[in-house]
Amino acid sequence: MALDDQKPSGFKFVGTSPDRPDGLDKVTGRARFGADAYAPGMLHGAVVRSPHAHARIIRIDTSKAEALEGVKAVVTRADFVDGLQGEFGFVLENVMAGEKALYDGHAVAAVAASSQLIARDAVKLVEVEYEVLPHVTDVDAAMAENAPVLNDSYADASVPAGHHPNVVRYHDSGHGDIDAGFAEADLVIEDSFKTEATHQGYIEPHACLASLGGDGKGELWCTTQGHWIAQKTCAALVGIDTSQLRVTASEIGGGFGGKTTVFIEPVALALSRKANRPVKIVMTRSEVFRATGPTSSTSMDIKIGMKKDGTITAAQGIFRLQGGAFPGAPMEFSAMCAFAPYALANVHQVGYDVISNRPKQAAYRAPGAPMASFAVESVIDELCSQLDLDPIDVRLKNASREGTKASYGPKFERIGLVETLEAAKAHPHYSAPLEPGQGRGISCGFWFNHGGETSVSLALSEDGTCQISVGTPDIGGSRASMALMAAEELGIPYENIRVTIADTATLGYNDVSHGSRVTYASGLATIKAAKDAVGKLCKRAAAKWGIPEDAVYWEDGCAKPSGANAGNFDPMPLAKITKSMGRTGGPISGHFEATPEGAGVSFGTHIVDAEVDPETGKTAVVRYTVIQDAGKAIHPSYVEGQFQGGAAQGIGWALNEEYIYGEDGRLQNSIFLDYRVPVASDLPMIDTVIVEVPNPGHPYGVRGVGETGIVPPLAAIANAVSAAAGVRLRHLPMSPPRILRALKDKG
Amino acid sequence: MKKIHVTTTVNDDNVEFLCDPRETLLDVLRDRLNLTGAKEGCGTGDCGACSVTVDGRLVCSCLVLGAEAEGKKIATVEGIAKGEELHPLQHKFIEYAALQCGICTPGILVAAKSLLEKNPDPTETEVRYWLAGNLCRCTGYDKIIRAVMDTAADMREAS
Repeated sequence: MALDDQKPSGFKFVGTSPDRPDGLDKVTGRARFGADAYAPGMLHGAVVRSPHAHARIIRIDTSKAEALEGVKAVVTRADFVDGLQGEFGFVLENVMAGEKALYDGHAVAAVAASSQLIARDAVKLVEVEYEVLPHVTDVDAAMAENAPVLNDSYADASVPAGHHPNVVRYHDSGHGDIDAGFAEADLVIEDSFKTEATHQGYIEPHACLASLGGDGKGELWCTTQGHWIAQKTCAALVGIDTSQLRVTASEIGGGFGGKTTVFIEPVALALSRKANRPVKIVMTRSEVFRATGPTSSTSMDIKIGMKKDGTITAAQGIFRLQGGAFPGAPMEFSAMCAFAPYALANVHQVGYDVISNRPKQAAYRAPGAPMASFAVESVIDELCSQLDLDPIDVRLKNASREGTKASYGPKFERIGLVETLEAAKAHPHYSAPLEPGQGRGISCGFWFNHGGETSVSLALSEDGTCQISVGTPDIGGSRASMALMAAEELGIPYENIRVTIADTATLGYNDVSHGSRVTYASGLATIKAAKDAVGKLCKRAAAKWGIPEDAVYWEDGCAKPSGANAGNFDPMPLAKITKSMGRTGGPISGHFEATPEGAGVSFGTHIVDAEVDPETGKTAVVRYTVIQDAGKAIHPSYVEGQFQGGAAQGIGWALNEEYIYGEDGRLQNSIFLDYRVPVASDLPMIDTVIVEVPNPGHPYGVRGVGETGIVPPLAAIANAVSAAAGVRLRHLPMSPPRILRALKDKG
Repeated sequence: MKKIHVTTTVNDDNVEFLCDPRETLLDVLRDRLNLTGAKEGCGTGDCGACSVTVDGRLVCSCLVLGAEAEGKKIATVEGIAKGEELHPLQHKFIEYAALQCGICTPGILVAAKSLLEKNPDPTETEVRYWLAGNLCRCTGYDKIIRAVMDTAADMREAS
């Protein structure tokens, strides 16, 4: 899309922050989330889960459970499709174990009963005989020579010979001459880093209500980031045609990437088919932690060379990610994002995808990038410190700009990294004095952003109002953004537009709400659908006036003749055209379907002040500023909200959150009391600066904003804590025991 | 298991129900009384999404048994607005974009209302500690804290 297609200024609605359309429902308790659906004749499902990290399933005896009064169905792997290959095969294996249980919490059977209490009693009556096998949960241990083998057929052709079968995918990329680059450096620092697995921590557990008959026709209500992928996956796993399963997305109580796949949905469908009744399943929090998408834990080696003037001469990174018991750890994203903020002549990155006896990792906000950024930006900070250089000046000196060949290959189009760094340098936070015991850290971060398959349908009503169907579940206020963009195009008030998340039966395919794509891709499709409708509105006006279509244009919600030659007609408002549309050619709608490719990458820079208590090792984040390029902020309040939320999650990841496994391979902290996410008293206010460097790939310049905000915090906080503590912290989270140990080792 | 007959008051309505002795107040509100505004985020009293008041005291309804509601006055998020009229906190949460997904919002509104009834002029620290039992994963709390503080200021001015 050419820049001259863009509307960079002069917006009437875009850039304002009106009340969100679902606001009233959300503050009154009326909004219906995943667990808020009920159906006549409904049963309650519950899942039997492995207590072992790795075990062969010898026998499952369901007879006692089936004999319990109120139990209507029990399913095991035998009730799902046989022989699925590829990703569907992995998802099925994760949803219901076959020959082996591969992690603590892995589903092995499920029951449906007339009440939740009976269902949970019945779970205890399902007898599973296991042969317990040796297990491994640490990424480095899983790659070691004698590590237990989870599955010797998962490795693909990318893995070079000589690796353990638990190494299932390999990535190698870069450009230039690494050795020559390091030889040019005045200082080379090489260091190793680890990060522990974290969970997305959405407050709403997975929940669904399923109904499937023996005729192969089904209905599914679920909390999901993408109901078309749920439709496709569930249909494949239970063996019905995709189009025969209608999926409706509930309001979603947080996802952050963790609700981009299915867990209980196919199980509820299988139970429903067997019982011939609707079945509802709601996960407990412990099930959410044990069996749904944590991030990968990582082990990373970074080597960077720098000249005395701050020029980076070469950079190298090795990124080992364990992604649970199945292939898919986002190690290539770690590798590709690690050095993206910098224009490097010599760069080399290697990634390993490693399987272990943990739950299948799921995407979490910029998957793979935060960990890599933590390691890289820590080394850059150390180089700046040892060479006595300002960390922002060094980043500005090396910053990627328009035309830079990215570390991961392509040339950057127009990007806003330099603008975020300059805004950081000018921000009062950067020059504010620090108290004793405090340290300041900064970090840059990068995320690709994504387009994805998108369909939008828009229909005008006789009274001049507008309804829009989009297919991307609203995870943070996106319905407001869609309405703003449509209002801009149509020239009618924001309040006259209603945006609905359509079900799978009423709109074409839509990719998941992920990749920071919703405001970009569904927004672009909304604008194009509105333009489609505007074209039809102009045509009706032209017919009424008896002039050619191309002699009519649209402005401020009215059709207007394009000049004196076109004729002298009063502007015709939208509502006047729609009022008579039944007599002038029928309903007026607009549609758009595409896979837009111009998502526009995004950069951010964070500044953080941290205070470390040397007696307890506890860290307090005392000041935090997020500066990020949004391209164009459609609804600035919700853009700020994304920045703040990303930072808060990053603070949790940096300081507190981690999956802790015992020697027995069981997860030891599967409730919120023990897996502690940041609470209100842990955090300061989080200041935001919205930088707007338009994305050439969107009509209004939008870049996705959801994910980049979680990339810089890990490193920014580590740099602040390291400055405050006087010792470099290389293992996340920097929990009080780790900080105390580091302080003790420092002496 | 034999069910228990309970007579109670929910949002000023007289209510009767039968419940299993193991059912929580949250289960009863949601599954028996169709009041799904209170959410189950954890079931262990750690997230606050199920916050309600019992005789004016803020509790996690997942930690109270349904049978314990006998003779009590229960208030939930569904009772905060009076007819068409929203509570000032509800207005302010919408205005300040103090919610993203909205799953924690009912619990936070119940908790914040309870705070302002006890302390009409809380400091930022007091608001943060009062709401420390209500997890929000989307917002980083910034806009929530501002919405509560600003509502308190408005309500003080109006009274």
